Amino acid sequence: MAGQAVGRGASPWVREDGAQHTFRVARDAFTQDSILSLERENIFDRCWIYVGHESEIPERNDYLTRQVAGRELIFNRDRGGAVHAFLNICPHRGAMVAREKKGNALGFQCFYHGWAFNNNGRFATQIAEGNYPPDFNAQGCANLTEVPRLESHRGFWFVNFDRNACGLIEYLADAAAIIDLVADQSEVGMEIVGGTQEYGVQANWKLLLENSFDGYHAITTHATYFDYLANTAGSMTQPLLLGDNNRSRGVDLGNGHGMVEYPAPWGRPVAQWIKAWGEDAKAEVEAKERRLVELFGPERGHRMARLNRNMVIFPNLVINDIMAITVRTFYPTTPGQLAVNAWTLAPKNEAAEMRRWRLYNFLEFLGPGGFATPDDVEALESCQRAYCNSREAGWNDISKGMMKSSPAADDEAQMRSFWREWDRRLGAGVAP
Amino acid sequence: MSAAITRAACEDLLYEEAALLDEWRLDEWLALFVEGATYEVPTAGAADNVQSTDTLFYIADDWHRLCQRVERLKKNTAHSEFPRSDGLRLVSNVRLLGEDGRGMLVGSAFVTYRSKNDRTECFMGHHRHHLVLVEGRLRIAAKRSLLDMNSLRAQGRVSIIL
Ligand code: FES
Ligand SMILES: [Fe+2]
Repeated sequence: MAGQAVGRGASPWVREDGAQHTFRVARDAFTQDSILSLERENIFDRCWIYVGHESEIPERNDYLTRQVAGRELIFNRDRGGAVHAFLNICPHRGAMVAREKKGNALGFQCFYHGWAFNNNGRFATQIAEGNYPPDFNAQGCANLTEVPRLESHRGFWFVNFDRNACGLIEYLADAAAIIDLVADQSEVGMEIVGGTQEYGVQANWKLLLENSFDGYHAITTHATYFDYLANTAGSMTQPLLLGDNNRSRGVDLGNGHGMVEYPAPWGRPVAQWIKAWGEDAKAEVEAKERRLVELFGPERGHRMARLNRNMVIFPNLVINDIMAITVRTFYPTTPGQLAVNAWTLAPKNEAAEMRRWRLYNFLEFLGPGGFATPDDVEALESCQRAYCNSREAGWNDISKGMMKSSPAADDEAQMRSFWREWDRRLGAGVAP
Repeated sequence: MSAAITRAACEDLLYEEAALLDEWRLDEWLALFVEGATYEVPTAGAADNVQSTDTLFYIADDWHRLCQRVERLKKNTAHSEFPRSDGLRLVSNVRLLGEDGRGMLVGSAFVTYRSKNDRTECFMGHHRHHLVLVEGRLRIAAKRSLLDMNSLRAQGRVSIIL
């Protein structure tokens, strides 16, 4: 780096050549401890990170505990209904104050020496006089530590460990409107369905990120899924048109967020009916689409009903509105290992029969036992394993569709928007 | 009919099932099931009585999808299992838990090892099989594999049949 200007073109990790239409990423970016340290410092400690959905803590005093961006957090609602995110660590000597996955409690008590806290974080223990000065907690040293920033958009709550970060809405940029396309699928709100898929992948977190909105791999990696659709009577409507520039696209949503949007054969509970669901469901799904058109006009209504969207919100939130809706977040435990949490989101008032089809749909493709995700995991782990060859074969190619003015869903434009932002944020950590 | 179902006969069937899966004889494994059978794997740590109609599972196969799962696993485009993993299933603690509408409920404990790419993962839990006698032969009407684990962080996937 000596003597080179830091900035576009000078990055050691991302090489973009507009004239040659090439975009390359160094494989070392997936394997080096030093990169992960920079990512923690410049990305995970500074960006808005998804913590949970409002429907997971619907009532006063509800709480859940969760690992978020390398921290242990409590995400909860206090007695007044206000939402908080606390670092799950006792101000005394550091034990976790909440050790169950979720619950409903007026407060938390540390089991180690018994310090107790209201669910708004305030210290709530009477300790015999003479042990601590009377003004011991005047500065709040015995209260739970709150995450510096906590904001939400349409029920999706995010934390930020950087007190000086811009607001969530500004950060989300064009991704906010895509979240709206999910949130608007119900007039009474959306909810996380019971059951969390918590799994791991022996691969760098950015491999899962790329994979989550990669239209290019669908036909090859997921050949058996499309075989399954072909073998299942009434499972398909329109053709899969990932490569059709007029009907599908890959989009830069700003600030490193990106999306692919495309028509696909599978059924969508909101709202693309397939024969396999039967005639009763047909009336319901069609009514749903009519209602969306009534509420949001024909263009947005049909878009919500018929088009699939795989979206990555920088750096680690995936909201895929496909044969079901999956909300998925992941965090690197080491450069070569990540932990995933995946949920499914559905309209609160959904009829039992439609809910059943939605979950059936989810599992046929998604998750550790689906007909597709295990093959993604295999691909990601295969890449990670092969990156040991990076000294002799050091670069990934992410150039597909660079020559097109409107890239399709099987191009790689959306990944390039991620990598540019990743590079910009890491570059900020390199001394000029 | 239930009088004819003994624990020893159930154990024989469960051991046979484990061996067929270990040996990747998937068509013969599927033939142990009656038509219309189901196969389910709820998420790690789920309660025994969760329902796939309102809760997210890993696997909730009806008969069609179970048959398709076997078809898929036989293909060399099922990348997670091609090249195939090696595996070993231990089944123990077999108990007859009583009869209900779907047949004799048989409980067992299992440990399943899966080895691939120089990594070995372990799945542990308990099975709940519903077994029925069809023309004198014991068959599986439903199988549910409950993972007595916290998460799938180490395993990453359930691409084999447990
Ligand atoms: S560490 Fe919590 S009370 Fe001592
Ligand atoms: Fe995939």
